[in-house]
Amino acid sequence: MKILVAIKQVPDTESRIKVAADGRSLDPVDVKWITSPYDEYALEEAIRIKEGKGAEVVAISVGGDTTKEVLKNALALGADSAVLLRGDGQGDAFAVAQMIAAYAKDKGFDLILCGNMGLGGDNSAMGPMLAELLGVGQANVVVKLELGEGTFKAEREIEVGSEIVEGSLPAVITAQKGLNEPRYASLKGIMAAKKKTIEELEGTPVVAGALVSTLALPPERPAGRRLEGEPAAQAQALIQALKDEAKVF
Amino acid sequence: MILVFCELKDGQLRKPSAEALSEGRRLADASGKKLGAIFAGASCAGSAEAAKYGADVILCAESPTLASYSSDAFAGLLADAVTAKGATVLLAAATSVGKDVTPRTAARLGAGYASDVTALSMVEGKLVAVRPVYAGKAFATTSFASPVQVATTRPNVFPAAEKAGAGAAEALAAPAGGFKAVVKEILAKASGKVDLSEANVIVSGGRGMKDGANFKILEELADALGGVVGASRAAVDAGWGLPHSMQVGQTGKVVSPTLYIACGISGAIQHIAGMSGSKFIVAINKDSEAPIFKLANYGIVGDLFEVVPELTKAAKALGIGSN
Ligand SMILES: Cc1cc2nc3c(=O)[nH]c(=O)nc-3n(C[C@H](O)[C@H](O)[C@H](O)COP(=O)(O)OP(=O)(O)OC[C@H]3O[C@@H](n4cnc5c(N)ncnc54)[C@H](O)[C@@H]3O)c2cc1C
Ligand SMILES: Nc1ncnc2c1ncn2[C@@H]1O[C@H](COP(=O)(O)O)[C@@H](O)[C@H]1O
Repeated sequence: MKILVAIKQVPDTESRIKVAADGRSLDPVDVKWITSPYDEYALEEAIRIKEGKGAEVVAISVGGDTTKEVLKNALALGADSAVLLRGDGQGDAFAVAQMIAAYAKDKGFDLILCGNMGLGGDNSAMGPMLAELLGVGQANVVVKLELGEGTFKAEREIEVGSEIVEGSLPAVITAQKGLNEPRYASLKGIMAAKKKTIEELEGTPVVAGALVSTLALPPERPAGRRLEGEPAAQAQALIQALKDEAKVF
Repeated sequence: MILVFCELKDGQLRKPSAEALSEGRRLADASGKKLGAIFAGASCAGSAEAAKYGADVILCAESPTLASYSSDAFAGLLADAVTAKGATVLLAAATSVGKDVTPRTAARLGAGYASDVTALSMVEGKLVAVRPVYAGKAFATTSFASPVQVATTRPNVFPAAEKAGAGAAEALAAPAGGFKAVVKEILAKASGKVDLSEANVIVSGGRGMKDGANFKILEELADALGGVVGASRAAVDAGWGLPHSMQVGQTGKVVSPTLYIACGISGAIQHIAGMSGSKFIVAINKDSEAPIFKLANYGIVGDLFEVVPELTKAAKALGIGSN
């Protein structure tokens, strides 16, 4: 079987967020770039399927030169090959979906694994958009995946617990924490990855969807109030303040 | 027309859908458009309630083929309705189903999509959305290049405001079947309580709770305040038997309650990512330097095992949560 894993390079959550001079993008100065954590679950799942029943695993990312880092990492972890689609991978999820769909269309992938959300952009959109553009089924926020002969069974997280989605392959599955425990790259894997090359292609032209027009920092939260005294007095004062000042009740 | 995909639960309009409809009504009024509500399922009984929140038309696809949720079936149906009605805006609440179906529908319509938005407006006849990004450390104002604009609204952010609409019922054709993926079974693990993302009051515990059994004191406080209990990832991962559905944060749920009480939670950025949208934040922590205090409207430096039971007592004394 052939598996495509979509990997997004994102700013580490600990990075300080500064708005660039254009007023609508992230100033990359202080940013440390990482693989979006959910994509690590997606890749791990692909590698486990490869180790289990055998599969060819292709990692793909839309981005620029720095994005090669996440693909090198994917190769070190066990992806067989990697593709960089040159284009803006940070903005419009619809644009990314179109580029990946154009690449994947005639390549016979049986399974496409994504993260359920790219950290930072927090869209949770690329996977289902890709599923639609490829005309295949989907299951999002998946914590358990079983593959049959041309079918899948996925447990996905919902508000009250989880639900079982069944469907046919090919399909797009987006990973959630809990799907597996991602491994670390082994020295052997890192050495082997050095010998593999990343295929570089220009992303196909796309129709624009949603675009960020302004990026702004949130307003400062007003300074809080400390409640003093013994626990009983603190508790009294808090409940009273929530009632009278905050009018929560 | 502005269309809002709505969900029913036990024959009643879900609260996040009522909120999305109310916002849809406001946008429709601001731009001189009509508001339509769309329902799909084995039964649409209860859909008439959409008129209370301003729906001019209520579109129902009612069929046994729609008894179980299918992303491709629902996306096809929504996209067809948007096209048939010439709608330019499609909204849904950012629920499990909403977040699953709307991006797929947007792609089908060749439309841009803004997820989990916290503010919406109409500018020159087009939707403009504001949404938190970078774990809530910034807000992105998003505009659309596409003729149709699709967005999901974050639960508990937009007020559900009653405003009567005509609510003319109209049937939509339902797909026959042959779907690519279908829900077969719902494994409900949580109790009958309100889901975290819809809760008005959340009492959350972190590593400072020391043990899962100690969450009982949080349950008692939550009961007294009419709320539900959440947890940090450290607490969920500690092997205390807490389900992941309780986790608040970047890899858990994003919540926007009126009141969030963090007990024994330090305030790591990944936790804050899930709760910084709360209207009032209370922190109870024995470390006066804990970062959570930077965010808290009210802070109590102290031992949660002493403070929390006192809070429950004080809340009960005032009769809070019983109304
Ligand atoms: C990719 C990634 C994703 C993550 N996603 C999430 C997420 O979704 N949600 C999340 O919460 N975290 C998440 N984290 C983890 C996060 O970084 C923190 O490790 C976690 O939030 C810490 O939980 P905590 O505050 O309960 O524990 P700690 O940081 O250990 O804090 C415990 C606090 O309890 C206080 N305390 C102890 N005893 C008492 C007492 N008796 N009375 C009062 N106070 C007491 C201590 O002073 C301390 O401040 C993520 C991390 C990563 C890397
Ligand atoms: N630029 C990108 N390159 C490759 N995959 C991406 C890219 N953007 C998003 N994805 C995939 O889509 C998932 C959801 O991303 P998003 O819709 O941006 O939250 C991610 O977890 C990735 O698997």
